[in-house]
Amino acid sequence: MAVAFFYLFSAIMLASAFMVIAARNPVHSVLFLILAFVNAAGLFMLAGAEFLGMILIVVYVGAVAVLFLFVVMMLDVDFAELKRGFLQVLPIGAIVGAVVAIELILVVGSWAIAPEGSAPLGAPMKPGLTNTQALGQVLYTQYLLFFQLAGLVLLTAMIGAIVLTLRHKVVKRQNIPEQNARTQAGVVEIKKVPFRAGV
Amino acid sequence: MQMLNSIGEWLGPALPAVMAALKSLVLLVAVLLSTAVLIYGERKVWAAVMLRRGPNVVGPWGVLQAFADFLKFILKEPIIPDGANKGVFLLAPYIGVVLAFMAWAVIPVNNGWVVANINVGVLYIFAVSSLGVYSIIMAGWASNSKYPFLSALRAAAQMVSYEVSIGFVIVTVLLCAGSLNLTEIVEAQNTKYGILGWYGVRLFPMFVIFFVSALAETNRPPFDLAEAESELVAGYAVEYSASLYLLQFLTELVAILTMSSLMAVLFLGGWLSPFPWIPVIGAPSVFWFLLKGWSVVFMFSLVKLIVPRYRYDQLMRLGWKVFLPISLVAVIIVAFVVKLAGA
Repeated sequence: MAVAFFYLFSAIMLASAFMVIAARNPVHSVLFLILAFVNAAGLFMLAGAEFLGMILIVVYVGAVAVLFLFVVMMLDVDFAELKRGFLQVLPIGAIVGAVVAIELILVVGSWAIAPEGSAPLGAPMKPGLTNTQALGQVLYTQYLLFFQLAGLVLLTAMIGAIVLTLRHKVVKRQNIPEQNARTQAGVVEIKKVPFRAGV
Repeated sequence: MQMLNSIGEWLGPALPAVMAALKSLVLLVAVLLSTAVLIYGERKVWAAVMLRRGPNVVGPWGVLQAFADFLKFILKEPIIPDGANKGVFLLAPYIGVVLAFMAWAVIPVNNGWVVANINVGVLYIFAVSSLGVYSIIMAGWASNSKYPFLSALRAAAQMVSYEVSIGFVIVTVLLCAGSLNLTEIVEAQNTKYGILGWYGVRLFPMFVIFFVSALAETNRPPFDLAEAESELVAGYAVEYSASLYLLQFLTELVAILTMSSLMAVLFLGGWLSPFPWIPVIGAPSVFWFLLKGWSVVFMFSLVKLIVPRYRYDQLMRLGWKVFLPISLVAVIIVAFVVKLAGA
């Protein structure tokens, strides 16, 4: 049963990953990317890592990919324009792709997995402990420094992005307390208008 | 009984899958019936507040109104706009309705009455509800029309914003319960103090924030900016008609039911009785779950009548500048209290 699901998720994931680059419409590409994410989460769950699977969906699909989709929808990408230069750069692209592929094959092909190497992988999880608890216990004790550093890097990246995009233009801002403090006396002036005289 | 046993033997290893399918079917029918009750009940509540009669023509006291609406949607002709991106246009409502029903798989209605009693139940619901935004974005984009697209942008920003505070509020509950399993969260509220042991009482401010965020998450008034009829006609649903619109309508209603029952489970003690020391009333049962869930739905209905719609910038301000800091500080405080009390 699990094997069948493994092949189902993997097949859909590979197919949708292919469609990400093959789809003509960029919005369709992003939607296929999301499908690939969801199937990756399914694979995580099959592997027994239900916490990682759920976090993948919450963070990547629920938040990051939404913003992706947002941006791609707003950009009006003209694919005919982009495809025009395609044939000119095709040879260079093919060469680079071939080099990377050969390197990958050389590196990964020479890998050998030690027979005793896979044993410790299943060991550290204590019985009677859920996935989430086990992750939390390791992450906040043994790897606390790395966890905090990763957070710091993210914070720096965020501040950097804000600084880069912040322009000190004159921006009209609403002052909410001021708005709330407005009363009729300060805002409305009632005038008695004489007939046929105007204000 | 003998027949059941022989059927069990005949199915053999496929039995759990068949049982899960049967449970899902029962749950599906129950949720669909609840949406019918919700359509009728909400309109009656609104009518009562506005001193009108509400639906009273179809069937006795108009109780068959929901089914008449259903038939109307089914029998109409679905119209697909010429400029629409057809695949995505047709897919969007289906994704929405599937996700809306998916969340129900982990909601425990009574002790043990749940389709999938998984360890990460809360995260599952959170993940599924965060996917719901795709249905709206896809519908808005595929319609290839201005109002739906504007609505989709609004809905996306709104749902992503309020998910953040919902997430932190859920974290406070998890810290108290010490589990992500919804059944265990309900059991953690089972104390000898009855109603005082519920997280809705112990974490009352969080309950309020969750309720308001749930209104925003389900696009309900006063946060129904995505379908503000005075600005966007009907928002992302403008180009949809007949059975496709029915699916969108169903998605919204089921989302309300999901959020209400989630609140009943997380904050109001699920199937637990508020007064466990009284003999008959004190017994935990599905009745309490239904009572609590429908009370929250009732509050959802009333909010629509008594609060005017927010302006979009006010909505964003409330989400990012009020709810997010409050819930973030609350997480820290609750974590400290749990640590000190537990040690």
